[in-house]
Amino acid sequence: MPFINALRQYGIFLAFLLICCFLSYTSSQFLTVSNWTIIITQVSINALLAFGVTFVIITGGIDLSVGSIVAVAGVVAALLASQPDLPLIVSIFGGLLAGLVFGLLNGLIITKSKIAPFIVTLGIMTIGRGLALILSKGRPISNLSDSFNFIGGGDIFGIPFPIIILVIVFIISYLLLKNTVFGRYVYAIGGNEQAAWASGINVNKIKMAVYALCGTLAGLAGILLTSRITTGQPNAGAGFELDAIAAAIIGGTSTSGGTGTIAGTLIGALLIGVINNGLDLLNVSSYYQQVIMGAIIIGAVLLDSWNQKRLTS
Amino acid sequence: MLQNNILTLNNISKSFSGIKVLEDVSLKIEKGKVHALMGENGAGKSTLMKILVGLLQADAGEILLEGEVISRLSVQAILGKGIAMIHQEILMVPELSVAQNIFLGKESHRFSWLNASEINHKSKQILADLKLNISPKIKVKNLSIADRQMVEIAKAISNRAKVIIMDEPTSALSEIEVVTLFGIIESLKNQGVAIIYISHKMDEIFKISDTITVLRDGKLISTKKAEEMDSQILIKLMVGREIAELFPTSNIEIGQTIISVKNLGRKNVFSDVNFEVKAGEVLGLAGLVGAGRSEIARAIAGLDKIDAGTIEIEGVETQLDSPSDAIKLGIGFVSEDRKALGFIPQMTIKDNISLSSLEVFSKMGFVNTKEEINSTQIVYNSLKVKASGFSQKVINLSGGNQQKVVIGKVLMSNPKIIIFDEPTRGIDVGAKFEIYKLINTLKAKGLAIILISSEMPEILGLCDRILVLSKGKQKAILSKSEASQEKIMQYAVH
Repeated sequence: MPFINALRQYGIFLAFLLICCFLSYTSSQFLTVSNWTIIITQVSINALLAFGVTFVIITGGIDLSVGSIVAVAGVVAALLASQPDLPLIVSIFGGLLAGLVFGLLNGLIITKSKIAPFIVTLGIMTIGRGLALILSKGRPISNLSDSFNFIGGGDIFGIPFPIIILVIVFIISYLLLKNTVFGRYVYAIGGNEQAAWASGINVNKIKMAVYALCGTLAGLAGILLTSRITTGQPNAGAGFELDAIAAAIIGGTSTSGGTGTIAGTLIGALLIGVINNGLDLLNVSSYYQQVIMGAIIIGAVLLDSWNQKRLTS
Repeated sequence: MLQNNILTLNNISKSFSGIKVLEDVSLKIEKGKVHALMGENGAGKSTLMKILVGLLQADAGEILLEGEVISRLSVQAILGKGIAMIHQEILMVPELSVAQNIFLGKESHRFSWLNASEINHKSKQILADLKLNISPKIKVKNLSIADRQMVEIAKAISNRAKVIIMDEPTSALSEIEVVTLFGIIESLKNQGVAIIYISHKMDEIFKISDTITVLRDGKLISTKKAEEMDSQILIKLMVGREIAELFPTSNIEIGQTIISVKNLGRKNVFSDVNFEVKAGEVLGLAGLVGAGRSEIARAIAGLDKIDAGTIEIEGVETQLDSPSDAIKLGIGFVSEDRKALGFIPQMTIKDNISLSSLEVFSKMGFVNTKEEINSTQIVYNSLKVKASGFSQKVINLSGGNQQKVVIGKVLMSNPKIIIFDEPTRGIDVGAKFEIYKLINTLKAKGLAIILISSEMPEILGLCDRILVLSKGKQKAILSKSEASQEKIMQYAVH
């Protein structure tokens, strides 16, 4: 029994290790420092989005708007970073604020109107994309300051800056969900919203906070992406929400709410990154990569529903 | 004698991951009789019934319906053979009509074109046979819980059921509706239908059953004719020990007024409710289902808003806008619907117990786990929750133990008043007795307690005063000495 439990809890982690073993056996380039630096740097943006989305999904909600928020926040940050006389902090603050505002808007509509999060965030996703195009007048914004471009492209002692951001955000999210009152309430709301409310939890406040957090992290991801490609792209981030949701689900977050972990989501995001990277190294066509990725998502959910059945029987 | 046995279960055994939940259970069910199945939660009743209707497969043993082996058939096939189950949680499609629900899965159609008038007509006939005044065209979501239950029975009859299993059918019914149900059971008996009846309510069992079987720890303890038993013997057989006194007496000095409710009202639900509860006192709220008892409880616990009147806690008028407000003022609430409002199923016992008081154990938003564990452990131990441990998930506990966890959560928040709404619903005798003892202990500690119960013996046994409601109006407040079942009913039906 303990072994089965461990397997269940760490199933994804084991799958991740197995895939890594397989890839290091088949490709000599896979297990190198430079390759892993590339993988983690590429994964960082999806992981930031997935951390936020994990909080949302645990409360029983969903956020489809994060991809568009990446674009809006990126455009806002780029507009500010292209002004030579403004300090770096203003553009960072602007990008984060854009994300926060969209997150709060999601939260506000969801808690006040009781419209399903799927629909609200679908609407906000479209609005966000439109605003990104309006703000940028439909054109990419270039000539960003060097200090701004350091965020996505620079490194400290050889460690790319995006990886440093990823580690910091991971630690904060992990502690927030696992060790704080807020985190406990997030699980409680997803497990049984009515009971959480009757137990004295301010459900609306927590939900607002969760969507605001998710929006802000999307804002951060937008800054990171804009800085890495050194341009504010109004079309950036399209489809990112699905990768983020996939990472959370592969990492064991249940879409029915109440369960999930930040560590699991990190593994989920890394798994996606490693598989994409490995298939590239093995020269598998990107068409097949999509098919494989889809199969992995369904497999992870099957694993999850199998666990749920075992739990309740 | 032999041809009267419609259903025979021979030596049924079942294990879950190595733990025996049923061991060599044999039963004979007679035509036209009510066979009561008794036992504490976890005794194996539900498992046995799930095996009977094909939801689970037995590890050993066989089931014969009129001499034919049915133990390996699918759920649908067994239903087709004439064994139907009325579930404790009603399983119907709320958006469909009564008739559509009754004929769900066996719709009459021609070339896939549904024949609505035919099923409406047939449903009308079945409902009329049951003397039920329910329109077949009304959507199920618009029916009361009692009516839904009756529709479930109508559905079973439409399947030409020879054996109907009823699992706690009266748990959501009022006294009058129970009488209707018993009338229906009587007429089913006359038609030769065998009924397997599961209930925790003693008085019901003796009123309607012909035979009583007791299960304990997965084993068959006894099968006897109902007239050879009484409740004392039955309880002893179920728990395997004697419970000296079901309602422990207590003499506690009554203290200061804790809560005082004046002219309380909520539009179209209840109005002009006035009462006070003192420290060390238990006030009962009695009345039929729909009299407004739970609604008053919900309003005091901050779940529903009031339109009129005031609530004073220790002489201070209060404003309750949310359950959180009520908890902060020292009002604890144990809801009648523990699944919906009581606990978080995927969370551990510890996390559930500390849920309402988490902020006490935290600094700057971080939970002090050590302190949380120490404090919740004390409550957990005092409630004698039967679980593999403190970190077991609540979803895996029995009803009685889930209820203890909910009570634990309320106690953790240090309330001055606790409202218990049907605290023993669906709970076995042993756990019931522990909850009675607990109410008396809390009383002795000087808490004010409001108790809602549809079980008359509980109200009469535990309460110092009883407020009787009828259709949202307060009819009387009776003291313990003047209260009797008849008197309460007299006020309740007016």
